[in-house]
Amino acid sequence: MSRMIIAPRRVGASAPLAAASMAAVGRTASLAVAALLVAAPALAGPGDLGGSEKQPVNLTAIIMFFVFVASTLGITWWASKRTKSASDFYTAGGGITGFQNGLAIAGDYMSAATLLGLSSMVFATGFDGFIYTISFFVGWPIILFLLAERLRNLGKYTFADIASYRLDQTKVRTFAAMGSLTVVCFYLIVQMVGAGQLIKLLFGLDYAVAVILVGVLMVVYVTFGGMIATTWVQIIKAVLLLGGGTLLGVLALSKFGFSLESLAAKAVSSHKAGTRIMGPGTLLADPVSAVSLSLGLVFGTAALPHILMRFFTVPNAKEARKSVFYASGFIGFFFLVVCVLGMAAISIVGTDPQFFEGGKVGGKLLGGGNMPVMHLAKALGGDIFLGFLSAVAFATILAVVSGLALAGASAIAHDIYARVIRKGHATEAEEMRVSKLASLVLGVLGVVLGIMFEKQNVAFLVGLTFGIAASANFPVLFLSMYWKGLTTKGALWGGIAGLVSAVTCVVLSKTVWVAVLGNAAPIFPYEHPALFSMTFAFLVTIVVSRLDGSETAKAEKALFEDQYVRAQTGIGAANASNH
Amino acid sequence: MSDSATYERVRQNPKFHELVRKRTRLAVTLSVIVLGAYYGFMMIVAFAPDVLRTPLSQGSTLTVGVPVGAAIIVVSWLLTGLYSHFANGAFEELNKDVVREVLE
Repeated sequence: MSRMIIAPRRVGASAPLAAASMAAVGRTASLAVAALLVAAPALAGPGDLGGSEKQPVNLTAIIMFFVFVASTLGITWWASKRTKSASDFYTAGGGITGFQNGLAIAGDYMSAATLLGLSSMVFATGFDGFIYTISFFVGWPIILFLLAERLRNLGKYTFADIASYRLDQTKVRTFAAMGSLTVVCFYLIVQMVGAGQLIKLLFGLDYAVAVILVGVLMVVYVTFGGMIATTWVQIIKAVLLLGGGTLLGVLALSKFGFSLESLAAKAVSSHKAGTRIMGPGTLLADPVSAVSLSLGLVFGTAALPHILMRFFTVPNAKEARKSVFYASGFIGFFFLVVCVLGMAAISIVGTDPQFFEGGKVGGKLLGGGNMPVMHLAKALGGDIFLGFLSAVAFATILAVVSGLALAGASAIAHDIYARVIRKGHATEAEEMRVSKLASLVLGVLGVVLGIMFEKQNVAFLVGLTFGIAASANFPVLFLSMYWKGLTTKGALWGGIAGLVSAVTCVVLSKTVWVAVLGNAAPIFPYEHPALFSMTFAFLVTIVVSRLDGSETAKAEKALFEDQYVRAQTGIGAANASNH
Repeated sequence: MSDSATYERVRQNPKFHELVRKRTRLAVTLSVIVLGAYYGFMMIVAFAPDVLRTPLSQGSTLTVGVPVGAAIIVVSWLLTGLYSHFANGAFEELNKDVVREVLE
């Protein structure tokens, strides 16, 4: 039982990748941030996990993980008996309470990447990591103030329901569904590759075995248990992560007599940058990058399909507001804990030779740059705690990919199949059959792509995912709710402009142009496209809508008034719990 | 019930306009506070980082930046509580009045 999870690197087929990944870790913190951008759930790409070497099998972690899987499969069985209608499948029948949904949203946002990535940023840079943590948080209050109630009052199952509410059903819905699917697929690849790498690292399972395991469980949760199972898996994982993180935080603080001052003093004396870790460093000296990053984070998050669909699982706008209140509370608390963990790790992990390659303090961390919090768990709670935290990290990935698969399946079955292809004439049974088939296809696709991308650096996909969400999906979503003048033409051209500019910026930036294509210098100098591509998308949408003088455009503008009343009052809103 | 006639009656109800005005004012005010605090903080980070590096008191390791950063998270969360309190309380009652009067 008491064996080390993190053993020295084994030489094997993956050694070159591991070496490349190590280099990637050291490159700049901004790459780590690009990976982190996934905010929600993302697991950083393999580069950021810092090592893909297989570890010895970790029995504690595996036993704990099996307990988790067994209980979630039990829940899936229970949920399957309650999943009868399409509304049950897509939105848990609208029967999730604000508190439960708050936990589930928090679970979507508190991922393995936030636990590992943010704590390792604090471990490496101190205060700069804290600044990033704050940037990851501030989107939530804005989502509540500006979006939550309108999302709930206008949406039924998908984000396309809102975007196409008064616009051309076929065109806008198809575009919105394609936007969702693109985000879901890229995100799924990132998660699958991250899952394979992390599980290999923490559990000692083969990459392919890990990816297939994740794919199979994801399909089982989604096809049998729908949104009810997906939500409860997310809730359980959120509770485990909050509980585990808090316990680790308390253990860490106890080492310093529960004094933040002595924790900071110890960290300063252990870190090679000394007192500089207590103030802003050089990471964010450039305000353009900082603003672009935070715009992408805030509005990209607000347009991720698997986050948006959570707003449709509660019965009304009142519960939707409560969800965000609880979710922000849990997320804010967890993020503060994560910063404490990172600071504590500086003196506890950073001075202990057992956590460094070759026992050389200050050298490379065993398992890579994202591991400080895992080492901290081992230092404070032994192998049992390490096993527990590893199992929670695995559970986190599972919960997130399930949400993604469900979001993708609803875009295919509800938007494309039922509304566009069958023009709303499909029966509920047919639609559900298609959605289950779609989640199966997404599962297979996820596993295949996950294995294909094993040796690729997928960090750029993270930037792409958020860039597309913030630039192609968000402007259309936002303007459809807030601006009377939006027309079908404007939405389509603006969406395409956002899509093309986001992809172009990412391709010309350092993550692809230099890291993947091997050019010397990036053409687009910033890592994050949102400031430029999102602004461009808004501009195009507004200009094209204004120039659109057609009769259809006039009719669409006229429909805004009714939509506005529904958005504000909830009259006529889909109330799934009354079906 | 969700036809245009209903929505037209809502628009003619003065309480609807009161609801929208009050709730929008609160939402916009709070958004400005949160975004203002956050982007203000980021501008200090970019242009006057030394302010945040000042020790909290003579000889302490903790700097001004630590409580300021934590306050941004905690205060903006409290504001979500404030918004929910009003939107789910007084405004929700107003909303119910509108719905009741219109659907009668």
